[in-house]
Amino acid sequence: MDPVINALYAIPVLGLLFQLGGYLIAVIPPVAPIIMRSATPLALGALCGVLCERSGVVNIGIEGTMLASAFAGWIVALTVAPMIPADPSAFFGITPALLIGVGAALLTALIVTGIHAWLSISVRADQIISGTIINIAAFGLTTYVNTIVSKSSPTSAGAFVAFSLPTAVTNVPVIGTILGMFLNQGPITMSVLILVVVAQILLFRSRWGLRTRAVGEHPKAAETVGIDVIRLRYRNVLAGGLLAGLAGAFLSMESTNSFQTGMTAGRGFIALAAMIVGRWTPIGAFGAALLFSSFQALGQIINFDPPPGDLGTILGSVPAQTYDALPYLVTIVILAGLVGRSTPPAADGQPYEREATT
Amino acid sequence: MSQAPAPQASPPRLSRGAASGLARRAWSIAALPVISIALALVVGALVILASELLLPDRSFDLLLPFTAYAALVEGSFGSSGAIINSLVATTPLVLGGLAVGIGFKAGLFNIGAQGQFLMGALGAVAVGGAVASEPPIVAIPLALLGGMAAGALMGFIPGFLKALSGAHEVVTTIMLNYVAVSTMAAIVSGPLKIPRSPSPVTRDVGHAAYPILLPPNGHLGILVAIVAVVVIWWLLYRTTIGFEIRTVGANPDAARYAGMRPRLLLIVTMSLSGILAGTAGAGVVLGVTHVLTSSFGTTVGFDSIAVALLARSNPIAIPFAALLFGAMRAGAGLMQIKAGIPVELVDVVQATILLFLVASPVLRRLFRLRGVSSGLGSTETIARSYGGGGTTEKAA
Repeated sequence: MDPVINALYAIPVLGLLFQLGGYLIAVIPPVAPIIMRSATPLALGALCGVLCERSGVVNIGIEGTMLASAFAGWIVALTVAPMIPADPSAFFGITPALLIGVGAALLTALIVTGIHAWLSISVRADQIISGTIINIAAFGLTTYVNTIVSKSSPTSAGAFVAFSLPTAVTNVPVIGTILGMFLNQGPITMSVLILVVVAQILLFRSRWGLRTRAVGEHPKAAETVGIDVIRLRYRNVLAGGLLAGLAGAFLSMESTNSFQTGMTAGRGFIALAAMIVGRWTPIGAFGAALLFSSFQALGQIINFDPPPGDLGTILGSVPAQTYDALPYLVTIVILAGLVGRSTPPAADGQPYEREATT
Repeated sequence: MSQAPAPQASPPRLSRGAASGLARRAWSIAALPVISIALALVVGALVILASELLLPDRSFDLLLPFTAYAALVEGSFGSSGAIINSLVATTPLVLGGLAVGIGFKAGLFNIGAQGQFLMGALGAVAVGGAVASEPPIVAIPLALLGGMAAGALMGFIPGFLKALSGAHEVVTTIMLNYVAVSTMAAIVSGPLKIPRSPSPVTRDVGHAAYPILLPPNGHLGILVAIVAVVVIWWLLYRTTIGFEIRTVGANPDAARYAGMRPRLLLIVTMSLSGILAGTAGAGVVLGVTHVLTSSFGTTVGFDSIAVALLARSNPIAIPFAALLFGAMRAGAGLMQIKAGIPVELVDVVQATILLFLVASPVLRRLFRLRGVSSGLGSTETIARSYGGGGTTEKAA
């Protein structure tokens, strides 16, 4: 086997592709669970975007919503933890404090997106400006309060623990890797799979989905057949907000066990890109989120553990920071190559004004 | 957003004297921003009071907001040194505000001012370091051009991509912001790094540094920003290309029927926007830091968005909006020292100002303002082209 592989690797130019393939097969499977984990907030954010934009409301405040929920969830869990002392349960390491924290994160997300919904649906303000306000305000408020609070003793409320499959299962080639990727995870990461599938089915196979898409494409026509455009948009934006809130809870209570200033680090914006690359469908957005986090992982692996041989020499000749930028560059290339063929909902970003009924 | 009849369009009332007419006109433009700023300060005070409750060990001080605001004002305007500091902090915001504002005028949302700013800083330090020993009269323009060119390239890319395939600038510019951070880190710790230096830092720009006009630190960049304001105003309101930019922003369909080329204008506007943000970055390097480290960070790009929105993209109003935010940033340090209020209160106040502006229909009903020009109405075209629809899509 080895001589064949070595011969393949030695072919000029084409050999490099084989080397790359061999390298990817070697390095990607072990990090598959990590890829899934870093795709989680992106996928949840993108789902939030899909729900909002399919009904015609642009939400670039996802970043701020996530940040606010991450902070609120963490600080509430932190405050409640000493009041309800409990050992982490064997099931995902759940404690009452963490559950209350998640509830607080979701509630915060509802309030934050509620402001966005009110501004963009009722006030009919520019939705991009409204989203920008959410982002600035969320960053300012969370950092402000965090600075004040962290002067007193900063502690952690703990975090959800990942489930782990028996190694006998994960050691099975291919299938074991895939199972490990999706099941060796904490509760929020696992829920992403279910949420994506449910959202996809609901959006394209249910009455709510049909109405949502109608409102996003042609609100006036939807209104004439008796759909309450304003109410539907409010509902969708708030539901989307819950997903962004879950992403925030993931950041401060599953992926890590504390809050750091600006910890969303642009994930809300990358989620938007994932939504567009995924052509405004839940499954597509999830795929795009996975793609992004795969390239992110790959960039880190190349820096950490470069491949041997010619390929390594070539990859090593580029500054290390190039690989940090890799996922962003890939997103730009895909976006520039795809968007021509992927169209947003026709009424996306347009406030709806009900005609006078006199 | 309902379009209020623009007060400027009504014939000037000569009978009541020019002064009262002028005052009324000034009020009609400034009323909403002034009310929004006042309300935002009230909200900021409430945030301060609420945050006091978070710390049980500190006695509750009802006057703390006043202490904080007094320190903020003292820190930004309390002495001649403080005023000059505020001006220096304002300078990049003026240029950044113009960069974002000219995009708004054309219906584009350039969130990439941050990345263009960083590239401008990088371009200026690269050229400035190379010509550091030339006479200032040669070195300064060259370094500034270096920054402008780098910023222009960074603005051109999203403009070109949008014209080419409809990739929305909101997403591409955000991605490019990260690419800019990596690029800067790579170049500062690579080709531009001083050999044998322990940490990644570039050469000093030497003679390419902006001369100090207002001691101790008021540099030439302040003048550059003022010139830029005049040039952009002239470009937008006195030239054909400016007319075309404004027309494409206001009504892309009308612009196309009139024979304008939206795609070309898109690229031109984004490049211009990049030049302005690049000039801002060059100004900070040539006027303040003189070197670049790989961790050079800034909030200018995002503050600029707030500036452009507050000024409603009006080039004449942008310096005032920039001064407000620049002074707040400059004074926030003293506020933190004297009143123990974290500097991020400034972000909260900024966001709240914008919130009240964007909710201007509600404010107008609440305060019974009539004949006052509407809040962010002039920028309402931004969301229309989201996701590649609108302007360029139909132009195909």
